[in-house]
Amino acid sequence: MPTHAYVPHAPGYVDNDGPKIVTSRFPHEDSFTLERAEATGAYDGLRSAMDRTPAAVHQEVRDATVLGRGGAGFPAGVKWGFMPPGKFPYYLVVNGDESEPGTYKDRLLMERDPHQLIEGCLIACYALGLAQCFLYVRGEMALAQERIAIALNEAYAKGYVGKNILGTEFSVDITLTWGAGAYIVGEETALIESLEGNRGMPRLKPPYFPAAIGLYGQPTIVNNVETLANLPWLMNNGADLYKTYGSEASPGTRLIAVSGHVNRPGVYEIEQGVTTFRDLFYGDNFCRGIREGHELKMFVPGGGSAPWFFPEQVDLPLEARAVGAAGSMLGSGAIIVMDETTDAVKAALRLVRFYARESCGKCTPCREGTTWLERVMQRVADGEGRPSDIDMLLDIGDNISPGPYPNAADPNQDLEAIPFPPKQTTICPLGPSAVAPITSTIRRFRHEYEAKITKRDTIAVSAAPVMAQTIRSETMEREA
Amino acid sequence: MSRFSDANAAIAADIISRYPRPKSALIPLLHLAQEQNGWITDEAMRHIAELTDTTPAEVKGTGTFYEMFKFHPVGKYVVNVCTNLSCQLLGGEELLAHAEKTLGVKAGGTTADDMFTIEDVECIAACTEAPCLSVNYRYRLRVTESDFDALIDDIRHGRTDDIPEHGTLGAVRQTIPADRLAGIVPPEQATAEPVWLARNRADEAVGSVDGGDNKEGDA
Repeated sequence: MPTHAYVPHAPGYVDNDGPKIVTSRFPHEDSFTLERAEATGAYDGLRSAMDRTPAAVHQEVRDATVLGRGGAGFPAGVKWGFMPPGKFPYYLVVNGDESEPGTYKDRLLMERDPHQLIEGCLIACYALGLAQCFLYVRGEMALAQERIAIALNEAYAKGYVGKNILGTEFSVDITLTWGAGAYIVGEETALIESLEGNRGMPRLKPPYFPAAIGLYGQPTIVNNVETLANLPWLMNNGADLYKTYGSEASPGTRLIAVSGHVNRPGVYEIEQGVTTFRDLFYGDNFCRGIREGHELKMFVPGGGSAPWFFPEQVDLPLEARAVGAAGSMLGSGAIIVMDETTDAVKAALRLVRFYARESCGKCTPCREGTTWLERVMQRVADGEGRPSDIDMLLDIGDNISPGPYPNAADPNQDLEAIPFPPKQTTICPLGPSAVAPITSTIRRFRHEYEAKITKRDTIAVSAAPVMAQTIRSETMEREA
Repeated sequence: MSRFSDANAAIAADIISRYPRPKSALIPLLHLAQEQNGWITDEAMRHIAELTDTTPAEVKGTGTFYEMFKFHPVGKYVVNVCTNLSCQLLGGEELLAHAEKTLGVKAGGTTADDMFTIEDVECIAACTEAPCLSVNYRYRLRVTESDFDALIDDIRHGRTDDIPEHGTLGAVRQTIPADRLAGIVPPEQATAEPVWLARNRADEAVGSVDGGDNKEGDA
């Protein structure tokens, strides 16, 4: 029975009602052990897949419309279909480099249920005839690396991975590999570069998908951890049952991490397209409202790269298409909630600083633009801004992402939604992501920028302790 | 000291064997060097270049892209305080300021006794548990100022068994027994269609299994 409460050994995860496609083992304290995994049906999905032809397994994934859970939301079955026939070997790279601000789900899946992930990888390898799988885990996630290493060692010993899997001709090796701290490596071609032992810089497109030219120039599928974690359940239960959850365009569930100013921040497995932001923020089974005595000011609906939403958008369902049309994205399932005490400029600056730090430096508009944006945002936040800075911020943003930037509708200003995605003058979406917090906040809270620039800062915002501010700005000066 | 010890050279060989091309082992080997020495020395990079058939410049070129690799000595314990948005909203910056004040160094600096390095880091994927930090990549969640003081005290008095010295990541490594290995070879030696794919295709042609049908044996 669901406890509707936090599960202490899976920090942040709330054991709720509703379908559990990827978190069914989380309530067990020993969910990561082979013993528990086997007792709860691990590798049954693999057996079920191996009872069919690889083509039939691929078709099941296509039928279920399993959308990628990494950010772009592209259907995995379609992506798999981009492999050019006969150009062997094919490779699978698992993207476990979770580092999008606000995102906390893949680490849980890797730490709490490594066997489910391994099983998902094997199903993909079987379906597509993959020669080797690389499980790339973010460098900072030492526990996830350890749990996966143990699980792989057990799975090899038991005959689930390696030569002649389950006594058949199906053989594939899974190599655990890990990064060393670079957000951009989450971009799939940068991930491949990193795996080849290079600096993690995205590759020039086209080809748009590494399915054409990927690792070592060979066809390569890059899938997110959560995407693959869906496959064991799908093989056991079938596409028809999978599609009874969620909406037609976005079937199944998603792990959503809600952080910030809510009463019960947490990681929730929700039905896509059914649960709304309102359910999530205010529902008793979810976040139980904005923190006491405060009200919602704005929220980031899909990770640091997503344009921001405001109270008018809370009745939207968590569904990729609906959120995209409304001017943002569901991205990596990360929602950051901010109440009325939040200083919009300071919050936006923090995300801009992230992109400035993480820009790989390959494309000029991003390398120069993000750092320039950060400097201008910093001086505005410090009360040193110039009257021309707001236009300058928008102009620099326009160099990285030309044309109208995706934005939520604002009935008070009679502004319509501009749908996602933004245009870009860069190879990858990192640069345009730095523009999102700026355009979102300038459009909605221009008066906060103006107040700081004209030093009429009378808006009620949460004041950080004096000590904190002093040390931070000294650090900034030293770095400058 | 700076080149791999014999034991680590054996581990390095094992790691290299798990990639179709040796250069792919660069990042794991840099981690191994950092685990051995606490930071990445020039000597270690030369050794890695020898082992992976690359040049020391290539090793350094790759290594310097990634912020976990330290090319100068750091403290025995690297304290990463997250100040990204989710943590900022719930006091991450104040926690960092407290850490700086308590340890007497600013973010990026190392204490005089070489025990602690503080870093102001980006999102570490514990956003619902803000503010959070990690010490040598072991997480501490919903950290208050007094939690922080207690943590530092525990580390100074050797009461934190779960936190190894800087450089060590997972305490267990992947090992593949020789008789269980499917076979990892360079891509140019793996151009044949996988057996199970070929066999199934042949079956399909004979039995005309519809791609949409499944579990024919379960009926």
